[in-house]
Amino acid sequence: MPPIIDCVAVTKRYANGQLALDSVDLSIERGEIFALLGPNGAGKTTLIGAICGTVSMTSGTVSVAGTDVVRDFRAARARIGLVPQEIALDIFASVRTTVAFSRGLFGRPADPAYIERLLRDLSLWEKRDARIVELSGGMKRRVMIAKALAHEPDVLFLDEPTAGVDVNLRRDMWALVRRLRSEGATVILTTHYIDEAEEMADRVGVIDKGRVLLVEDKAALMRKLGKRRLTLVLHDPLSALPESLAGWPIALDEGGRRLVYAFDASADDTGVPTLLRRLAEAGVAFADLETTASSLEDIFVDLVGAGS
Amino acid sequence: MRFNPGGVLAIYRYELSRTVRTIWQSVATPVITTALYFVVFGGAIGSRIPEVGGVSYGAFIVPGLIMLSLLTQSISNASIGIYFPKFSGTIFEILSAPLSPIEAVTAYVAAAATKSVVIGLIILLTSTLFVEVRIDHPVWMVAFLVLTSVAFSLFGFIIGVWAKNFEQLAIIPSLVVTPLTFLGGSFYSIDMLPPFWRTVSLFNPVVYLVSGFRWSFFGQGDVGVATSLGFTFAFIVACLAALTWIFQTGWRLKP
Ligand SMILES: Nc1ncnc2c1ncn2[C@@H]1O[C@H](COP(=O)(O)OP(=O)(O)O)[C@@H](O)[C@H]1O
Ligand SMILES: [Mg+2]
Repeated sequence: MPPIIDCVAVTKRYANGQLALDSVDLSIERGEIFALLGPNGAGKTTLIGAICGTVSMTSGTVSVAGTDVVRDFRAARARIGLVPQEIALDIFASVRTTVAFSRGLFGRPADPAYIERLLRDLSLWEKRDARIVELSGGMKRRVMIAKALAHEPDVLFLDEPTAGVDVNLRRDMWALVRRLRSEGATVILTTHYIDEAEEMADRVGVIDKGRVLLVEDKAALMRKLGKRRLTLVLHDPLSALPESLAGWPIALDEGGRRLVYAFDASADDTGVPTLLRRLAEAGVAFADLETTASSLEDIFVDLVGAGS
Repeated sequence: MRFNPGGVLAIYRYELSRTVRTIWQSVATPVITTALYFVVFGGAIGSRIPEVGGVSYGAFIVPGLIMLSLLTQSISNASIGIYFPKFSGTIFEILSAPLSPIEAVTAYVAAAATKSVVIGLIILLTSTLFVEVRIDHPVWMVAFLVLTSVAFSLFGFIIGVWAKNFEQLAIIPSLVVTPLTFLGGSFYSIDMLPPFWRTVSLFNPVVYLVSGFRWSFFGQGDVGVATSLGFTFAFIVACLAALTWIFQTGWRLKP
């Protein structure tokens, strides 16, 4: 069986000359939750647009379950549901009308029972006859999701689904995503939060500056990316590390006033207790400490650095 | 799936329901405007104007008035119909649906044209309250009504696709179409003009539309009915050609 989504050398150069996608190859397997992780401007939205038909590709090909998205756009698009990054709704329409409209647009016969279940699942049933303009931001997002699912797609794209979303919606959305997957659907989401990718995805692709830097199983990636840093603010500047810490991944910063230790937070033994004990034994006192997750930016620097 | 008639119907219905939502705006405006024209041109001024070609001046302006509304309504309905999704971002839904550009145009243009035809008929009914209207060729009358609505809805659609902001959306209708309509023989026969202006008028496309439409009412027009019909078709073909080019280049709908 061909992959559900297959991008080959997808390139997009916008009219203003901006190269948003630089020969992207990406395969997404049927039934997985795939997170596309990358900073703002990486090309995530553009890639989704190229697949879904809202952005014209400069070159390259995309197929959905083996069907080309340009040549056979009807078959390809019929399988796809898209929740774009920005809320875009006809604010004067009612919830039910706009969701039914989305279904009709895909040529599917009206199915009030299905629409009702969808609206109930998304806690929109109470608001079914309300006009969009009367809804809160979170409710509008739910409407966007309902519209994307109205034609019963088997691939769902969620472009930054949790940006500016409250806890309830976030929880409901993840429940929905898991349920869709259990029903055999494929879900592709974009995010610039590592923990979001970690929470949801089976596989993660990292994209930056229009290039997919790596695609990995989540567990493997998290081991790579799950580095944390422990920073100790020392009482007295240190010119060299104590003997007992030789060979440790430790750096001295700010003329020896700060000691920075990088470690793997998911490991059974992080090394932190040992480090603190040995520092105490060596008589190194510290005034403060903090731990930070390595930021996405650090990781990109690592990845890009490793690649070049 | 080779075609998506369901999708076309969904847009068509949705667009018409949008009209129904703003029914007062959609219908009351043209009716009131027409009534005012009748009071001013038909009543106040018309009573001092002799018959035109055996038809009372009040009745003479009926086809022109309907054309005037048909043109402005078709253009504004169709241009707003496509401009608004572009502006609000809901166009993504049309672009990502299994719908060909031709199907999308068909749906938007059919909806805009339907609305125009209905408004045209409402104006016709309104006018019968003021003057006695005779229709010699009712089938042709309806044909001109529909063809003109389709032609200018296509034109409006192009404007809506082309426009980048609300000013651009308004500029063609107000700067080009309204003057052409006023100078297109809505309120006079071009025979009434001095010879020079009569010749100039023959370059005004609206003259041909009004003329053919007037012929369907009173059996007489400024130019032959075949010319009028030919012109209307030529206009439709030109719009279709422009649209084909727009969609082939993905111009202004997709980045
Ligand atoms: N319509 C457009 N015209 C020109 N440049 C664009 C357009 N849309 C996006 N870009 C540029 O393309 C790059 C990728 O953008 P985007 O795909 O939106 O990134 P992301 O979704 O990862 O934040 C950015 O540099 C952005 O500025
Ligand atoms: Mg984006």
